Amino acid sequence: MTAARLRSQDFRYWLASHRGPLFAAALFVAMFALFVTKHPAGASANVLNTAANKGALLAFVAMAQTLPVLTGGLDLSVGSVFVMTNCLASTLIAGTPGQVALGVAIVLASGLVCGVLNGLVVVFGRLQPIIATLATGAMYGGVALWLRPAPGGDVNEDFADFMTGSLHDVVPFSIVVLAGAVVVIWLPYRRSVLGRAAYAVGSSEQAAYMSGVPVARAKFLAYVLAGLFAAIAGLLLTCLTYSGEANALLGGSYTLNSIAAVVVGGTSLYGGSGGAIGTIFGAFALRTIGDLLFVFDIDPLSQPLFLGVVLLIAVSLGSFRLLKVKKRVDLYR
Amino acid sequence: MTPLLRMEGISKRYGGVRALEGARLACARGRIHAVLGENGAGKSTLLKVLAGVVRPDAGTLELEGKPIVLPSPAAASRAGIVSVFQELSLLPDLTVADNIGIVDPPRIWGLRWGLIDQRAQRRRAEAALARVGAEDIHPLAPVRDLPLSRRQMVEIAKALARNPKILLLDEATSALTASDVAKVFRVLRQLRDDGLAIVFISHRMPEIAELADDCSVYRNGKHVASFVAGTRTDAEIIEMMIGREHTSVFPPRPTHPPSEPPALKVTNLSWAGRLRNIDFAIRPGEVVGLGGLDGQGQRDLLLALFGALTGVRGTIEVNGTPVTLSSPERTNLRGGGIALIPEDRKTEGLMLPMSVRDNLSFAAIDRFRRFGLIDRAAEDTAIASMIRLLGIRADGLDGPVAALSGGNQQKVVIGKWLMTRPQIILLNDPTRGIDVGTKQELYQLLHTLAADRAALLFYSTDYAELIGCCDRVLIFYDGAIVRVLEGDALTEHNLVAGAHNLATVPGAAP
Amino acid sequence: MSTAGARFGRLAGPFRRIDRALLAAIGCIVVLLIAGALYDRNFLSPDYLLQQLQVASFLGVIATGVMLVVLLGHIDLSIPWVVTLGGMMSTAAAGHAGLAGSLAIPFAVACGLGIGIVNGIGVAYLRVPSMIFTLATNAIAQGLMIVHTSGFAPEDHATPTMHLLAVERSILGIPNAVWVWAALGAGAVVLLRRTPFGRRVYAIGNSERAVFLSRGNVRRVVVACFAIAGACSAFAGVLLAGYSTKAYQAMGDPYVLPAIAAVVLGGTSILGGRGSYLGTVAGVVLVTLLQSILSIVQMPEAGRQVIYGAVIIVMLLVYGRGPKVVS
Repeated sequence: MTAARLRSQDFRYWLASHRGPLFAAALFVAMFALFVTKHPAGASANVLNTAANKGALLAFVAMAQTLPVLTGGLDLSVGSVFVMTNCLASTLIAGTPGQVALGVAIVLASGLVCGVLNGLVVVFGRLQPIIATLATGAMYGGVALWLRPAPGGDVNEDFADFMTGSLHDVVPFSIVVLAGAVVVIWLPYRRSVLGRAAYAVGSSEQAAYMSGVPVARAKFLAYVLAGLFAAIAGLLLTCLTYSGEANALLGGSYTLNSIAAVVVGGTSLYGGSGGAIGTIFGAFALRTIGDLLFVFDIDPLSQPLFLGVVLLIAVSLGSFRLLKVKKRVDLYR
Repeated sequence: MTPLLRMEGISKRYGGVRALEGARLACARGRIHAVLGENGAGKSTLLKVLAGVVRPDAGTLELEGKPIVLPSPAAASRAGIVSVFQELSLLPDLTVADNIGIVDPPRIWGLRWGLIDQRAQRRRAEAALARVGAEDIHPLAPVRDLPLSRRQMVEIAKALARNPKILLLDEATSALTASDVAKVFRVLRQLRDDGLAIVFISHRMPEIAELADDCSVYRNGKHVASFVAGTRTDAEIIEMMIGREHTSVFPPRPTHPPSEPPALKVTNLSWAGRLRNIDFAIRPGEVVGLGGLDGQGQRDLLLALFGALTGVRGTIEVNGTPVTLSSPERTNLRGGGIALIPEDRKTEGLMLPMSVRDNLSFAAIDRFRRFGLIDRAAEDTAIASMIRLLGIRADGLDGPVAALSGGNQQKVVIGKWLMTRPQIILLNDPTRGIDVGTKQELYQLLHTLAADRAALLFYSTDYAELIGCCDRVLIFYDGAIVRVLEGDALTEHNLVAGAHNLATVPGAAP
Repeated sequence: MSTAGARFGRLAGPFRRIDRALLAAIGCIVVLLIAGALYDRNFLSPDYLLQQLQVASFLGVIATGVMLVVLLGHIDLSIPWVVTLGGMMSTAAAGHAGLAGSLAIPFAVACGLGIGIVNGIGVAYLRVPSMIFTLATNAIAQGLMIVHTSGFAPEDHATPTMHLLAVERSILGIPNAVWVWAALGAGAVVLLRRTPFGRRVYAIGNSERAVFLSRGNVRRVVVACFAIAGACSAFAGVLLAGYSTKAYQAMGDPYVLPAIAAVVLGGTSILGGRGSYLGTVAGVVLVTLLQSILSIVQMPEAGRQVIYGAVIIVMLLVYGRGPKVVS
């Protein structure tokens, strides 16, 4: 009897636990619909493709940020890995298809290496993630400069066009790659023991340790995969721009925007709840805001201010739930 | 018969403090073993060594006759040792099912490196919950949404689901309702009959009498005695624990002139449906107790009177003047103010890494301010006299307060508030988890404070305390006061009856 | 009398721990001085060292505010554009003759204070995590500056006072900027160690909840610390503008990593509740020397960055590590 009653509540629990991503998705869909309606070219393949590519770039970097955040940490080097892999790709993604494939593999591997270094320093070095990843980020930025002292590069254009084009002129390939990353990497990770362990560690590292959860391995894997996602983003950027540029400001901006996307997507900065799917919608929502400003002819000089204000409002929205809190003391951790 | 588990010569030092010294423990299969002792006796540390949370400096561990080393909780778990500690090992953001299956979840197709089989995990969780009689808990509920008593049940279900050989319980039932405790005890006895060895720590003598087969007493980190349960009287046991003769004495309560104006008067107080139309008054020098089952609103009332709740309706008057307590800062009233000794001293009463000194002077720090700066000399004098008054035992007053025993920590919390010279003192279960000796000191302290004209409001889950310390007890049921017991009517029978909203023996005001 | 207890690793004897970090920081400074001297004898000349102190002062002013916020257990990522805002607002006000000109510095500091208050309200009242809220205010500050300058580098010049503070050496031949930093630092030390406010700052970093329940007025303290941090960042912008005689876009960007690194390398825990100002001073000097050495040896920018990051990591590994989980 009780079991049946419990089962009827299942949907309510599912809804409650997915509240963040659902809200982010709804937000994105609403804004994108508005954008497409106002845009003179409407929902044409070109418009969709451009939006998809721009959004996917941030989405991948934000996915990279999501994993360490879930464990209660942070990775402030994701933007630098993004820029570094972009520069590396600009030197390797050239020549025959075989060379291109090898180049792609090397670029992705380099992302993994960065992730391993971050993981070693944070998990086994026991350094605080904020400062440790700021420092490793500086290092990766230096490597990027060494690879590409000046912007440039020789990229296999067929490959680049394919990556940034649209399948059958409808579905942007970057979305396919994004979906692929979710299906092949994120979903299995989430359902794996180490993936769930990441949530456990973020929720309460002490309790996780007491329960026998593999804390170190869970954290380490999170940072490693973060490097991988950032590398995919770097690869995509190379395909988009046909070149590599050691642009520290761009890297910094992507790092900060990745944090914003994580928050807008419903993942808690304290760890333990959220996920990459919400983050993806958060990233696309953020990108769409910029597009909306453009399409509504807002003065380009005012756009950064608008974006800042919107961001402030977005992150403050969660504070509405504070009105419901009846025990003031519960506001304090 | 070789005991299932044997620990010999276990020693552990933390800095200059010896938590355990040559301690030993031996448990047999199919026996429930109670570990007794004051706070600071080393009981928790001993269990933590067994659970793999703490590495001993010296000593040996033998499981089924074979020596074993436990470097981590995961290792202990693999050895079949499962523990339930006071600090729950539950992950608040994860679901009940995820928590119960956190370590070795069922995998898809049984592959060792495979993904988690959510459905099988849920079934496992439902079975585990049913085993402890907690079927009402939904497996997909996030643990953070459950009240503490339900969380403890999940913790116990989780431990049992690991099919342990040895089960360790450290104050595992402290927040459970009586019926839950009965259910859990039933399961424990069944497990014992099935051959499990159970080691548990509890400060509640009735629990120990009911459950234990064997007892071991520890004092100051050393093993004092082990005996079969029931072969020693309570007085003997307490003597073993504190090393001197002991009787629980409550200082006698004086009578109060009824005409004196109240220090604190509460009229028609309501809050969020959890407190309904509360009316009472406390005169200076009175000790009023809050009784009833746990969770009927007593703790919420204390928080309301300290400004820690929003949306409180009704009137609160201090010395005849109405006050609006919109935040704790508002309790700093002229003439004394209101102090709250909070529920959880570690997270709400103290800043654990800070020094004993800094914690003691924290609430009253503005008292020592001259021209914006702190007068260190005045502060030190006040701290020294408070330490003397309360008999706080700390090896290093500049060391972190986290290193003190539970009883001494509670003294620091109380001392912190006494330094603000409060007129009204609210106490939220102040003697929970405190050793017998320190409890005595606290009772004497409360008596002294009342004699000094403070008004005390005292919530306790211990009937003997309520009867011994209080002039009057307000019994709560479902957020309202259903009985007021005083004088001859203040008996354990009436406390229990009133708590269940049953008729009490005459002498009680309705 | 025995006491129960868990071991508190790095937290036992907090004084011991801070001293160790300070000693390590000073040790690193000595190593850097020796390394610099080996490369170029002039490295240890008083003139060069004073110059280093002068450059360090700008970072030191920022780090003072950052330290307060970090002690609370928070972080302020609005540094880059509040610094820029300080520089631009002071030079803009300087453009107005008369009264407005002489109020250039207070005006800029007030702007920084205002943003700091907004940060504080967001963190303390709206309970938004400080990292993300200050990121947002940073974006807003940037937006405001872009509107103000229409995207170009501003033409405004710094006031003579700003120049005086940032560049001149009026007393004892020591750069005024150093005196300014010293004065600010003295104020910070008094605030942290000798006032109830300072006690509350450390306490909040350790346990916000306990401070709330001890009448600590958490919200006001948090707002005040962010306000001070904003004012410090803006003031640093003023000094930087005085140094270069004009403000420029993104002038605050190079200061985020060094400011946080300086505070952490000085022994302040990024989790809050622990740290001494003396340590922050050492950290600032350390970071400044490191940057100077890297530019002296004329290493290309790429190598400089790699070494900069690597050295910070190595130093943190020496004395900034967290506790082992098993006790």
